[in-house]
Amino acid sequence: MKCQYCEKPATFHITELTEPDGPQVMHLCEEHARGFLQKEAATPAASIAGALAKQLNLGQTKQELAELDQKECPVCGISFFEFRNTGRLGCPFDYTHFSDDLIPLLTNIHDSVEHCGKRPRRAAAADSHAELIQLRREMEEAVEREDYERASEIRDELHRIEEAGSTEQNAREEEE
Amino acid sequence: MIRDSDFDDLAHKSGEWLRGTGPESDIVISSRIRLARNLADFPFIRRCSDEDRVSIERTIRAKMDSIHDWQDVRYIDLEQLSEIDRQFLVERQLISREIADAEGSRAVAIDPREQYSVMINEEDHLRIQVMHSGLDLKSAWQSIDELDDKLEGAILYAFHPQFGYLTACPTNVGTGLRVSVMLHLPALVITRQIDKVFRSMQRINVTVRGLYGEGSQYTGDFYQVSNQITLGHREQDLVALVGDDVVPRIIEYERKARDFLVKQGQQDLHDDVSRALGILSTAKKISSEETMHYLSKVRMGVNLGLIEDVPVGTINKLFIHTQPAHLQKLQGRLLGSSDRNVERATYLQCHLSGKLSDGDLN
Repeated sequence: MKCQYCEKPATFHITELTEPDGPQVMHLCEEHARGFLQKEAATPAASIAGALAKQLNLGQTKQELAELDQKECPVCGISFFEFRNTGRLGCPFDYTHFSDDLIPLLTNIHDSVEHCGKRPRRAAAADSHAELIQLRREMEEAVEREDYERASEIRDELHRIEEAGSTEQNAREEEE
Repeated sequence: MIRDSDFDDLAHKSGEWLRGTGPESDIVISSRIRLARNLADFPFIRRCSDEDRVSIERTIRAKMDSIHDWQDVRYIDLEQLSEIDRQFLVERQLISREIADAEGSRAVAIDPREQYSVMINEEDHLRIQVMHSGLDLKSAWQSIDELDDKLEGAILYAFHPQFGYLTACPTNVGTGLRVSVMLHLPALVITRQIDKVFRSMQRINVTVRGLYGEGSQYTGDFYQVSNQITLGHREQDLVALVGDDVVPRIIEYERKARDFLVKQGQQDLHDDVSRALGILSTAKKISSEETMHYLSKVRMGVNLGLIEDVPVGTINKLFIHTQPAHLQKLQGRLLGSSDRNVERATYLQCHLSGKLSDGDLN
């Protein structure tokens, strides 16, 4: 028997027990089996596709989905369509920009939309991710054109945002 | 931190997690926890320019350099490494296959005992992992929590008050935590109970991936159990789900299956594991699948007291040291598949024929 991904003989026969439709048998050569087994436990793209399919069944019309697919993040430029295809988001701000669209997805995957674990001591406010990414880019450009005054202004601005986030976080911790 | 591209010395040692000690180490090989983290002011890796990646790598390296008790941590630039060296680190479980095969600026920091590694520019900017021998998730969580705090002191993480730690893939968001326990379950495979056991696990938010053969096919009988969800539970609760709830139940099933095998046919079992040891210690050429298959039997034989004088730590090491990149690093040269089979047989013979003790394994 040949490996299902190449011409080499299949010497590994792997049964994936976590497939929703029951166990799936794969026949792989040593190299592909190794690659498969060393991947992360979850296959994110597949589980996201599954969760999105469920979401679609839950009433989104074709037209709504087509519109959603067009939606783009102003910071990293990723479209929802691209995210759907790759299973990966483009930047931290996507969680704010696509928040309403991600919530049903997160509910499907995690059965929850609220983090209740560890929190960092320092954190920038959620809506400042866009600003942080843009400012850092601007700072690098300023350095490149040797405009050190502008670069230093931006650095101060970045510090200010970081500090504001930390204060907010501390206030939240005190409240708790 | 020591910048390093020459780690030939690693080939002659092995990581702490392979010692074969720690709770339940007859069945549990290792307990691993990883955390996914991202910097707040960069896009996720897929949307990063080459310059962004370089910038992330430099930023994180500079911060790591400032961690005061990291003088002996080794920092390896993966972009500069040969394929065989990257493969070696994958076999060693110090880096992922994904980062090994990626392109562009990327690196890994490894502690001298190989208990933790921090990957830079994997799917997320940072992937921190801690690995302990046996079922030891609570102390692994403590170690990784401290490590995370140390790095956080120097880095501004992407964090959202509602969604938690932000990750490139929404399946990791929240805690960014993945707990994985590697189990050796030969008796459940022999008694054909394994499917049933794992099917019963599906309802409780854990993922099992396994490698096992059908009929006469070769197998290592290793299974990895991990948490499926990362959002909406505290880290300690996810650790407890896998470590206190799921894994102990599987261990109990495996023990029962081993007892059953011993009672049912002690001599057959003794014969089977002894033959496996015989093949491993006398073969003149052997593939890595065949090696895995027989090492698995020998490992069970050692744990049931049917094989004496072979420490389980030696067997654990042989699983790793007989893999392709390890053999080539040990030989110091590139070897084709058939040459590797010869070298593998020689290596196994050396370490199983009773001439060398565990301490001599190199």
